[in-house]
Amino acid sequence: MESILEIKTVNKAFGAQRVVRDVSLSVKRGEVFSLLGPSGCGKTTLLRMIAGFERPDSGSILLDGTDVAQLPPNRRQVNTVFQNYALFPHLSVADNIAFGLRAEGKPKIEIQEEVHRMLDLIRMHEHAHKKPSQISGGQKQRVAIARALIKKPKILLLDEPLAALDLKLRQHMLLELDRIHDEVGITFIYVTHDQDEAMSLSDHIAIMNEGVIEQLGTPAEVYELPKSRFVAEFIGDTNLFPGKVASVEGSDYCHLEVPGLGKILAYQDRPVAPGENVTLSLRPEKFNLSREKPTVPSIQNLLPGVVDTIIYMGSETRYVVRCGEFKLNVLRQHNRCLLEEKPITWEDSVWLTWHADDGNILQSTNGTPATTPNADSAP
Amino acid sequence: MITRLGRWVLSRLRRFLPEWLLTAPSLLWLLLFFVIPSLLVFTVAFRPPDPYGRIGEGWTLDTLARLMQPSYPAILWRTLRVSMVTTLVCLVMAVPAGYWLARQPASRRHWTLLLVILPFWTNFLIRIFAWRTVLHPEGFLQTSLVKLGILSSNASLLYNEGAVLVVLIYTYLPFAIMPVYAAAERFDFQLLDAAQDLGATRFQAFVRVFLPSIQIGLLTATLMVFIPALGSYAIPDLVGGPSSEMVGNKIAQRVFTDRNLPHASGLSALLALAVILPMVIAMVVRSRHPDKVPVEREKGGPREGGAQG
Ligand SMILES: Nc1ncnc2c1ncn2[C@@H]1O[C@H](COP(=O)(O)OP(=O)(O)O)[C@@H](O)[C@H]1O
Ligand SMILES: [Mg+2]
Repeated sequence: MESILEIKTVNKAFGAQRVVRDVSLSVKRGEVFSLLGPSGCGKTTLLRMIAGFERPDSGSILLDGTDVAQLPPNRRQVNTVFQNYALFPHLSVADNIAFGLRAEGKPKIEIQEEVHRMLDLIRMHEHAHKKPSQISGGQKQRVAIARALIKKPKILLLDEPLAALDLKLRQHMLLELDRIHDEVGITFIYVTHDQDEAMSLSDHIAIMNEGVIEQLGTPAEVYELPKSRFVAEFIGDTNLFPGKVASVEGSDYCHLEVPGLGKILAYQDRPVAPGENVTLSLRPEKFNLSREKPTVPSIQNLLPGVVDTIIYMGSETRYVVRCGEFKLNVLRQHNRCLLEEKPITWEDSVWLTWHADDGNILQSTNGTPATTPNADSAP
Repeated sequence: MITRLGRWVLSRLRRFLPEWLLTAPSLLWLLLFFVIPSLLVFTVAFRPPDPYGRIGEGWTLDTLARLMQPSYPAILWRTLRVSMVTTLVCLVMAVPAGYWLARQPASRRHWTLLLVILPFWTNFLIRIFAWRTVLHPEGFLQTSLVKLGILSSNASLLYNEGAVLVVLIYTYLPFAIMPVYAAAERFDFQLLDAAQDLGATRFQAFVRVFLPSIQIGLLTATLMVFIPALGSYAIPDLVGGPSSEMVGNKIAQRVFTDRNLPHASGLSALLALAVILPMVIAMVVRSRHPDKVPVEREKGGPREGGAQG
């Protein structure tokens, strides 16, 4: 698939604050691409540069092969769904949707037809005459999307479109967005600070932190193989084991010496050398938890622990297990504890096992143990 | 039947009573201090004058007949024209000013607003006399314009309609800026971004989004300028000449010089009529032809566009 948007080493500063730093990325035609990061990391600023509201200090933005970095917003084939919708309060739903085509001076008949199609798409015919103040948040959201889509943009930019909605509506709108994307086939760039939204909607996710893209990949890649401590912690929960490579086992595995925990076996996600400081990330659901000591093959890790806390959440149960000097997050999704004769409970001694392949050695060295001065290198 | 009707009336009453109660004080105020006095003034037009400047006994249509003086239509038309031009110029200057003010950071905004209302700290008449000095034939402005060859030496900046216009605009501009600014301050400027994002130029965004969003402010500004301009007489009296008299001057003359109150009230009624009549006509026309043409097609119209979607 060819790319519809290429961003090359774009920088933007407000005064002395570098808000977007050397960002490069490419978005494929027709996909949903998410910019995910905590509030204030520069997502909106990057989006505003793509839309044309801000000019980058340096770098280029290629839309379908042409550099648009210096064009005003009204001359880019890109449209935005704003964070708080920005519907025109003096215009009806239908007139809001028609705005873009009227600005172009399209013939009346054509405008009517297009507006009609958009009302079909967002299923809001019966509200066409209402003013924005008379419709609900979810409906405003849909009008904002239709108003942007009627321009047939090459890319639709969505800035935290669901942030203002309550949880139930958010889940509903997420499905709705997915449906709309399937129907129109336009490329979406989706800005959010909510990892669940990004994971469920996107083909690719760029994770941003302090103006830098920390990692770019498919949802599975960024979840299973986080490159940095930031990504590992931002996407889902994780357990981090800072340690030193004790020995390399063949070409695939290595033993890590983790102070306060012991020796653990890990897959070499990247080539490591004995003595190197590394951090291992292990997701809570990768653990197996049992009261009896299991017999495990040598490819598995086995550690004794004591249950510190149990949080029952219905579909899953979270355990905090004391293990050496660590408190580990453990997640059991297939919960049978109520049916077990003697469920695992507080202060029980338990055994934790996990497969060496399930851990992930982070690329960057940030998060190394305090014994070495923290080399906070950028990725 | 009657009880049902009674019940219906009661339910209606109950539904609308709270609203009526809420608006009652302001309605009462309007009635007591605006509608009734206006009507009183207008009834005076049907009374004969009396030689001592009082209102005579009985009723007469004489005054109305005397309003048919040939000089009045011209004066009335001039009054309307001058007031409309004043209002228009004030609006044209107030809109960018209000827009600019609303976009300033709060600290600078307060300073600039203070500058807008600063003239009010000087008495109105003193400010008009200051203009007389500025526009005087031997004043700084005229002498330097003559020296520069822009103005011939026998031209006059004072005592004409131009002078009246300038001073009216000067006087009422703050009254236009304030409501426009108040409306602009509540405007969500992100809407201009949205308009541009949808392909509008900056100018289109301004006209199609900003102006309609501040229309209440524009309307208030129009009334705040137009109504006092219509009734102004001090300004045309002091900086205007015989060729730039307004209805206000005539009313003042009838009251203070001729001591003919019925005639003055007839003129007042004429002026009010000249303003209210076009407004009523405009309102009727607007309600007959709503200017929003619905985008939605009527039921039963062709739907092929929708079917493709
Ligand atoms: N116009 C601006 N002027 C000054 N600072 C700004 C401006 N826009 C954004 N910033 C700053 O840039 C940083 C990133 O903002 P933003 O891109 O909105 O982040 P996000 O959308 O990820 O929350 C913030 O610290 C914000 O204060
Ligand atoms: Mg933002």
